[in-house]
Amino acid sequence: MSDASLNTAAPRTDEAGFGDFFALLKPRVMTLVVFTALVGLLAAPVSVHPVVGFAAILFIAVGGGASGALNMWWDADIDRVMKRTRNRPIPAGKVTGDEAFAFGMTLAGFAVVMLALATNFVAAALLAFTIFFYVVIYSMWLKRWTPQNIVIGGAAGAFPPMIGWAAATGTVSVESVLMFALIFMWTPPHFWALALFMRSDYHEAGVPMLTVTHGRRATRVHILVYTVLLAALAVGTGFTAVGGPVYLAVAVVLNALFLLGALRIWRRDETIAEADDYRTEKKFFRLSLYYLFAHFGAIALEATLAPMGLGGW
Amino acid sequence: MSFREEHELHKRRFGRNLGLGLVLVGFVALIFGLTVVKVGEDGFSMQPQTQGEVQD
Repeated sequence: MSDASLNTAAPRTDEAGFGDFFALLKPRVMTLVVFTALVGLLAAPVSVHPVVGFAAILFIAVGGGASGALNMWWDADIDRVMKRTRNRPIPAGKVTGDEAFAFGMTLAGFAVVMLALATNFVAAALLAFTIFFYVVIYSMWLKRWTPQNIVIGGAAGAFPPMIGWAAATGTVSVESVLMFALIFMWTPPHFWALALFMRSDYHEAGVPMLTVTHGRRATRVHILVYTVLLAALAVGTGFTAVGGPVYLAVAVVLNALFLLGALRIWRRDETIAEADDYRTEKKFFRLSLYYLFAHFGAIALEATLAPMGLGGW
Repeated sequence: MSFREEHELHKRRFGRNLGLGLVLVGFVALIFGLTVVKVGEDGFSMQPQTQGEVQD
């Protein structure tokens, strides 16, 4: 018997670098998490020491990143199929699934415990629930089962401002629920616009996106309906404690533009969309990014101006 | 040929170790900062406040 393979294998050259592990945390999604959590923290009517605030945002971001890594571990099979995701660390062969799982679980536990120690148990419990919701409820269960995956799964992305608020106050209140609702209602039109112009990706991966299960016409109708509901909520929030004149002005302008975009998407059909390479849909998607940042930016501005007697009502 | 030939893998490994090292240093600094803030907070006391009652 011989063991010719012993020690003859070439050294592994595809070992992951620091950047590959960082990419597992979905840095772009993390930007949104950091920003909205920070706004939640700033909007809270309680002052937080900057070091504690920084630590809270960092641990919320790490928790969000951990759920991203666990999502990539679970979805590696469909990430390999979709054009948009095939360069992620696992399908690209830079990180193994086991490494991603261990990395995600360790960071998730670390983030929750550290947030509890730095702030309070309510914030930590909300973070733990968010990770559970994104990984188990959305990634493992809803994403491959129902076309409502984006609607319900959107809740995971909506929790960060609530966690930020809880980190400061130790409670959940109407204001933090409103910020949650804003992201929750924004997510479906944002992702459905993406699904419209990333035509074949979800179909090939077998993900039951609304475009795949109910058709593209129904998706356009859904975008319009959700945008109308979102506009009512976003403008209505302007009259609450987290709103104010600045927020209201931003909300009125952006929601008018967003409604106009949704109306245009609704009026188009596939022939027109294909002819101009989904220009309107892509424009709507880009606007949706500015939309969210501007709304939360305005909430942060109102909170910053409040101590000077300028923000809020 | 040098025995310690630099391979691309070594550079990547060094980058990973350096990154992890910096993260750990940052973490230690953060914990130190948090400790200073928490200890400095009102109501924090190294002595049990009910010491007198316990002795009674």
